[in-house]
Amino acid sequence: MLDFAKLISSLPGGVAQGLIWGVMAIGVYLTYKILDIADLTVDGTMCTGGAVCVMMIINGHSVPVALLCAFLAGMAAGLVTGLLHTAMGIQALLAGILTQLALYSINLKIMGWGTGSGRSNQPISVDNYNLVVSSRYLFDGSYPWYKSPIFWGAVFCVVIILILYWFFGTELGCAIRATGANPNMSRAQGINVDFNKVLGLMLSNGLVALSSGLLAQYQGFIDINSGRGAIVIGLAAVIIGEVVFSRIFRNFALKMLGVVFGAIIYYMVMQVVLWLKVDSDMLKILSAAIVAIFLAVPYWKGKYTHVHVKHLPEAADGAGSSAAAGEEAGRNA
Amino acid sequence: MLELKNIWKTFNAGTVNEKQALRGLNLTLKDGDFVTVIGGNGAGKSTMLNAVAGVWSVDEGSITIDGTDVTRLPEYKRAKFIGRVFQDPMMGTAPTMQIEENLALAARRGQRRGLGWGITRTERADYMELLRNLDLGLENRLTSKVGLLSGGQRQALTLLMASLKQPKLLLLDEHTAALDPKTAAKVLALSDQIVAENHLTTLMVTHNMKDAIAHGNRLIMMYDGKIVIDVAGEEKKKLTVPDLLALFSKVSGSDEADDKLLLS
Repeated sequence: MLDFAKLISSLPGGVAQGLIWGVMAIGVYLTYKILDIADLTVDGTMCTGGAVCVMMIINGHSVPVALLCAFLAGMAAGLVTGLLHTAMGIQALLAGILTQLALYSINLKIMGWGTGSGRSNQPISVDNYNLVVSSRYLFDGSYPWYKSPIFWGAVFCVVIILILYWFFGTELGCAIRATGANPNMSRAQGINVDFNKVLGLMLSNGLVALSSGLLAQYQGFIDINSGRGAIVIGLAAVIIGEVVFSRIFRNFALKMLGVVFGAIIYYMVMQVVLWLKVDSDMLKILSAAIVAIFLAVPYWKGKYTHVHVKHLPEAADGAGSSAAAGEEAGRNA
Repeated sequence: MLELKNIWKTFNAGTVNEKQALRGLNLTLKDGDFVTVIGGNGAGKSTMLNAVAGVWSVDEGSITIDGTDVTRLPEYKRAKFIGRVFQDPMMGTAPTMQIEENLALAARRGQRRGLGWGITRTERADYMELLRNLDLGLENRLTSKVGLLSGGQRQALTLLMASLKQPKLLLLDEHTAALDPKTAAKVLALSDQIVAENHLTTLMVTHNMKDAIAHGNRLIMMYDGKIVIDVAGEEKKKLTVPDLLALFSKVSGSDEADDKLLLS
């Protein structure tokens, strides 16, 4: 017998985790959608950020400083992937895998900081430290609303979206977008494509590490396996956000909001799946299957159906062939 | 304005696919020259343009633009001097960005890109005016994604982008080859107009001998990685297609100069 009340009580946790992963998903959105790179570094960064954050807090630093350092550590990881890709000519996918593997060692060493050897996990208790987000604040009714991880998760997401919205409207941000959209054109317009790719990867991994720092505080520990499959969750959020909200969210800031909503939906679905008493060993294969199907949908749509796109009026004197325009529109749909 | 000295470029050196694309090429363009470039497939026309643009580095020789030696400069740094339109209409614009954003990117060619706004309000008004002059009905679609435009509209936009920030040199690489005849004629006319208005030094590669004769003040023909014919001024104006074919057989010392080779 399924207990409906139990599902309801588990949903706030899904929202909180979705918001924290939303920060991570925005990072994935930057590389996957804007730079057109599938960056697998994030599976490593999603542990590095938390490891740095936890160790900093344990060693007496304040939470904001710890989160800032987590962000910087993520940027460093992005820098490595970026240089492997641009300066050493390694395919982006492989560059990310190499950095991810290297980070496994580094993450062990970070968590074992000061002990002289590596450690595969590190707890951080909300009893001893003034953490910014914690599941305790959510499920223990004695805390005021402004302590809620849902509130703080939302604050982080909104602030990050606003900063990125501004940034991608600047000359530098436009250059990054152009780099992803058409590298040939970018070079012809004097844009240093390599530099912009590195910068984009750094920014993305910085956000992922920040998210990891928040997640470590929320769950009260960081583990060497924390980042395993992170890219799949990030992609799931990006794709769900796009599939569900693309018709209403056209503005860039709203698209990023859609990604955050995508992450929330993903975690809500996960809560439902757990509530249905699905074997938790099977969660990863389920995630992979969901993402595979959502990735296939646009491909199938293009292959088996005619997508009707609103045609823009052609120039009166027929300056271009409408056939080309139609073909183009179809390709972009 | 442009000086190419003894340019050599070999692709796939040391393999069975080895191709000496440029073999000691020399070319000097005066300020304001509009040079049309013809030649058969594999003659080195596009290779020459790519060498100038810096798509890859040349094996030997030097490239000077307006007194600056650019031989060792990467493509994106040379872009400061060069406006380009490609054969493939997809290549010159960012399809997922708006028309005005593409123009704004081009307006910052050769400048440092910092944290200033990527596009300003005054720019928008300017772009609307420029697009109105193009007469393609794009002036009210500044925020449309370029991916929605037709091939002809894109090439026209790319031309505008190439000339937006007065380049020292304009490179047109068979930029009408992928268009239907009517659209091609319109884009060519627009090219003439933009070159004349901005007094641009231009290299235009074409497969069409008639176009090569009708446009520009100087015509060069390439064969086997070198320039074999170079006519200018009055001599060029009097040129006809049969003249050109005859000239080519004489210079190249072969009977290959048939339509298949030159007009393909």
